[in-house]
Amino acid sequence: MTMNTQGRPTAPAQIDATAAPETVSGSRGLLQAEPLIFETERWNATGVDLPAPKGTPDRLGGLARKQKAELPGLSEPEAMRHYVRLSQKNYAIDLGLFPLGSCTMKHNPRLNEKIARLPGFADIHPMQPQATVQGALELIDELASWLKTLTGMPAVAMSPKAGAHGEFCGMMAIRMALEARGELETRTRVLVPASAHGTNPATAVQCGFTVDEIKAGPDGRVNMESLREKLAEPGDIAGIMLTNPNTCGLFERDIREIADLIHDAGGYFYCDGANFNAIVGRVRPGDLGVDAMHINLHKTFSTPHGGGGPGSGPTVLSEALAPHAPVPFVVCDEDGVFQLIEEDRREAEQTMGRLVAFHGQMGMFVRALTYMLSHGADGLKQVAEDAVLNANYIQARLKSVMSPAFDGYCMHEALFSDAFMEGSGVETIDIAKALVDEGYHPMTMYFPLVVHGAMLIEPTETESRAELDRFCDALEEIAKRAAAGDEALKGAPYLAPMRRLDETRAARKPVLKWSPPGPESLAAE
Amino acid sequence: MTDLTQQTTYFTEDHEWVTVHGDLATVGITRFAAESLGDVVFVELPEVGKAFKAGDEMAAVESVKAASDVYAPITGEIAEANEALVDAPETVNEAPEAGGWFVKIKLADADELSKLMDKATYDAFCANEA
Repeated sequence: MTMNTQGRPTAPAQIDATAAPETVSGSRGLLQAEPLIFETERWNATGVDLPAPKGTPDRLGGLARKQKAELPGLSEPEAMRHYVRLSQKNYAIDLGLFPLGSCTMKHNPRLNEKIARLPGFADIHPMQPQATVQGALELIDELASWLKTLTGMPAVAMSPKAGAHGEFCGMMAIRMALEARGELETRTRVLVPASAHGTNPATAVQCGFTVDEIKAGPDGRVNMESLREKLAEPGDIAGIMLTNPNTCGLFERDIREIADLIHDAGGYFYCDGANFNAIVGRVRPGDLGVDAMHINLHKTFSTPHGGGGPGSGPTVLSEALAPHAPVPFVVCDEDGVFQLIEEDRREAEQTMGRLVAFHGQMGMFVRALTYMLSHGADGLKQVAEDAVLNANYIQARLKSVMSPAFDGYCMHEALFSDAFMEGSGVETIDIAKALVDEGYHPMTMYFPLVVHGAMLIEPTETESRAELDRFCDALEEIAKRAAAGDEALKGAPYLAPMRRLDETRAARKPVLKWSPPGPESLAAE
Repeated sequence: MTDLTQQTTYFTEDHEWVTVHGDLATVGITRFAAESLGDVVFVELPEVGKAFKAGDEMAAVESVKAASDVYAPITGEIAEANEALVDAPETVNEAPEAGGWFVKIKLADADELSKLMDKATYDAFCANEA
């Protein structure tokens, strides 16, 4: 027989050592420490050596910079390692469950990426002659048609590049409709519920309106009595901005009545579509009396976001608002030719104009339509069902140890208050940090504002029951420790690359720019 | 600094406090509000001379948890703003009902004060809200 004579041990030694050693490099095992790119202390290296330009006249007219740019110098492998190491510090949906509430952090299917990389979509330019990009225009038109069908709305503006941009588009359309009615000067008040996303009041103000907040009722929904009071003198009502399901993860049951009240008051109904994932294929916002709603393709329709992006926020519009849609938009003429309609066309005489340089986020359009076509109408309906089921599974599994903010079933996200750990000294932020030690991105915390110490968890349809159980096991244990007042939670995270940061100091005394070490600090070294 | 226990202070449901000297009302956010907000990191104050109606958004306060509007508790014109808060927002946490005052408002209608709460009513209101 052959003997292992080289002395290599193949089983771990039986040594009693639990504390992780301090390392010389600052790295923790294979989690490398990585300084800022400016702190590499290498200023002369370069990835590519180019000869100095010869005989090219300088056309800068004396504007050439006189000081060195002080850019860090890295060779190609150094630059590669720098960014790969940084990427390993990132948490992503491709690494694990991403429970941020109201963010719909769902899996981004690889098929979307494959289709978006087809040269006919990836290698075209927005200024190409339209005859050479008929397929791309048809794709925009087909996506528009899906969005109109799913929402039951007659028109859609494709160009908004994010949710808040879509809100801006919708509220501008409302502004223009009021202007066309000659009521822009008098109708200035927009109602926004207390539980709204912060972007809603910001958008209303950006569009020149004033915000009037509606209080939430004890059931987490719009307080109808408060709404009726706000509408008692409706002469200055421009509209309402309402999210449905709302940010408490609850369906606004009175939404039809709310729409009627607003319309009777002479205003328009903007619905924030951030939470469309909970109702896609099940409820058509058009049937609820909505006048405008943005759709986050980067939430409901699986295009990347949260650092991956970019976002995309097409905005559906009612008959009343459709004439004010931004340009350009795609139409198909009777010969089957797709055209982009610009401002100079009669169809666009009441348009609000352009919102972006070209047509919107083409790459996201391709991914979103791929998602729709690969799921089909029945599949999209199941998306909403599974997303709601997953959220309710989490609520049901954790309700004995945590405190659901409201009674009954939730929609796509489960909301807990901090009541279960009241008086323990442990707070919501400690739970969030402890989740980091368990390998999870924390849930949304302290939002919505109407719930004390809120913890908002949106699992989406992406997660299997096994994964939900792993997450709930971790959170359940943390919640039990919190209720028992376990002080150790206040020190979490213990296992992350950085321990808990001083957010207060960072916000009060932000250091936004790296400065080279001064002569004093150099002398001290 | 003004000692609030020595004079009448009024409170709003939006957690602002008001004390009055002659026709000048000093306004800030209550200790209850400051504690609920957590560490205040930014304060936005109105310009001196700007006029507000009772209930108008007048200033903003931002903590690590949330950003909130501060409403004018009474109608009037801004006579003075506590610019020290811009560089030292922590004063709002340290002394919300003293050095952490936001603005002084020249009262337009002293009768409006009767619509506000006194300390006992406000404390009961907070106990109910917490």
